[in-house]
Amino acid sequence: MKKIIIALVLAAMPPLCTAAESQVPLDSVYVNLNDKASLQRGARLFVNFCLSCHSASFMRYNRMANDLDISEDLLKENLMFASGKTGALMKTTMPADDAKKWFGVAPPDLTVVARVRKPEWIYTYLRSFYLDEASPSGWNNTLFENVAMPHILYELQGSQRAVFKEENGVTEFDRFELQEPGTMTPAEYDNAMRDLTNFLVYLGEPAKLKRYTIGVFVILFLIMLTVLSYLLKKEYWKDIH
Amino acid sequence: MSGKFLTWIDDRFPLTKTWNEHLAQYYAPKNFNFWYYFGSLAILMLVLQIVTGIFLTMHYKPDSNLAFASVEYIMRDVPWGWLMRYLHSVGGSMFFIVVYLHMFRALLYGSYREPRELLWLIGCVIFVALMAEAFMGYLLPWGNMSYWGAQVIISLFGAIPYIGDGLSEWIRGDFVVSDATLNRFFSLHVAALPLVLVALVFVHIVALHKVGSNNPDGIEIKQNKDANGVPKDGIPFHPYYTVKDIVGVGVFMMLYLGIVFFAPEFFGFFLEKDNFAPANSLQTPPDIVPLWYFTPFYSILRAITYPLFGIDAKVWGVVAMGLSIFLLFLLPWLDRSPVKSIRYRGPTYKVMLTLFVVAFIILGYMGMKHPDHTDLIWFKNVRWAQLGTLVYFAFFVSLPFYSRREKTKPVPERVTFK
Repeated sequence: MKKIIIALVLAAMPPLCTAAESQVPLDSVYVNLNDKASLQRGARLFVNFCLSCHSASFMRYNRMANDLDISEDLLKENLMFASGKTGALMKTTMPADDAKKWFGVAPPDLTVVARVRKPEWIYTYLRSFYLDEASPSGWNNTLFENVAMPHILYELQGSQRAVFKEENGVTEFDRFELQEPGTMTPAEYDNAMRDLTNFLVYLGEPAKLKRYTIGVFVILFLIMLTVLSYLLKKEYWKDIH
Repeated sequence: MSGKFLTWIDDRFPLTKTWNEHLAQYYAPKNFNFWYYFGSLAILMLVLQIVTGIFLTMHYKPDSNLAFASVEYIMRDVPWGWLMRYLHSVGGSMFFIVVYLHMFRALLYGSYREPRELLWLIGCVIFVALMAEAFMGYLLPWGNMSYWGAQVIISLFGAIPYIGDGLSEWIRGDFVVSDATLNRFFSLHVAALPLVLVALVFVHIVALHKVGSNNPDGIEIKQNKDANGVPKDGIPFHPYYTVKDIVGVGVFMMLYLGIVFFAPEFFGFFLEKDNFAPANSLQTPPDIVPLWYFTPFYSILRAITYPLFGIDAKVWGVVAMGLSIFLLFLLPWLDRSPVKSIRYRGPTYKVMLTLFVVAFIILGYMGMKHPDHTDLIWFKNVRWAQLGTLVYFAFFVSLPFYSRREKTKPVPERVTFK
């Protein structure tokens, strides 16, 4: 009983890793798993940026390559930095202990993150980093306040400042102001984040690529089966009065 | 050739006899309606859960360090593993839908009344065993909701005076939910409880075939037999009900597989999003809620908020929840109406049953919501849950008093059949 109480008390304390419930409205994002080009671009962003610190340790490189029509050569050349074997799990090279020392918390595994958080959340989160001198990393996020993660994509997006407004004594986020442009225009960055979100949705459930198609055939088969069995039943039941 | 072979078998095993007794010469009333599909569908779900479960067990690892990853391994690396997993996870919910409708059928047509009391009791035990089976299976993915759900439910036993703490520790095999808990739940989920369920379902069917099926008119068809001793309103189960049930299976499979292929999470009702994060003993999910099929009872548990006779409200909550399930067992003796079927019963039962169903749904809804919020009109969720609990118990408590004096309609001699 005591251990439960301790666990509950610990759980009730503001932990380092949970997001404070934010009131920031989520932006809608168009997720389309049939858009292979978008998934490929998302994969590229994912391995170049996210995978430096985060793992996708339930997913294999060659599975991703097969699903996204990426050739083995292309995979080895452009998408694999950590491991030689194409059948390897997508693990980060950063040791978890070091990561914990550097960021205060080990970066979570991202394989199924899109199933824990909504795609809209991920899309909004990736576009909501702003400069904040008070934070250890120099960055903060309006959606995930005091997040330990720095803005890893600032080269692409540039750096933005958050403008807050005060209403009835409550400070509320108003808008972002771009301080220094990055290599992408805001529209290009939004598109890139849509690709990354799209990829994370795929990563969360690769079976989704074929689930719907198979489902259509299954339902069509069942409709036929049900109609035939109904006719059979009608035939048999003719003699019951 | 086949005739000789059959004789050879029949001399050694009662094959033809069994076939006739339970299928070809088992006479079921000819007036079964929509509500009579759910018995055979429940058997279908049991078989499907066992078959998909066997395949999942081949790849799943009951180890707190490996369990979560092994489920994702099944979802990605095992050929058709994702399908087995979804069939099983959606199957659990479908099983409960079918079982709830099957039980509701008994309330409609008085299927628990004499001579089917024992049949009903066995069914109630199956229901309890099924709840245990589902609860233990839910821990296995080792997601964060699995973990905290188990933590909360097991700690309920801690509310029992004197032995509570020791008991919950004994169930967990540890001071908190841990690897030891996962291992024993796995063992109970894949071996012990399925054996119990299969045995109980077998006994349930044996008892059913002894007394014979009830029907929407609530008449005993065996009281009206022809010269050959065959009930005049009975038809052989096979082929008539086998071909009819196949139609039911077809429609049901469309719903079931529709969910499996197009919405396996079913908007968070069948697979909760918090369960895609691995178990974390230091991070409680914002709202710990059981899956939908437990929420009516969970609501009753949380509805009791007043201490009484110096005993904690939590203890009364556990008592109320236990009682809400136990009362189902007493139903055959609480109902004293001269007729069985709702078709010939008075208005009071019809009103009470409707209120009961509404209360059950409200309880289920409130079990998913935070007690202090207001998600429905007028008052807080916990007040709705209390109202629902009151109606739930009122249904059972009032039954013996009004049912005896019920104004009933005349019951026909033979079943109604168009």
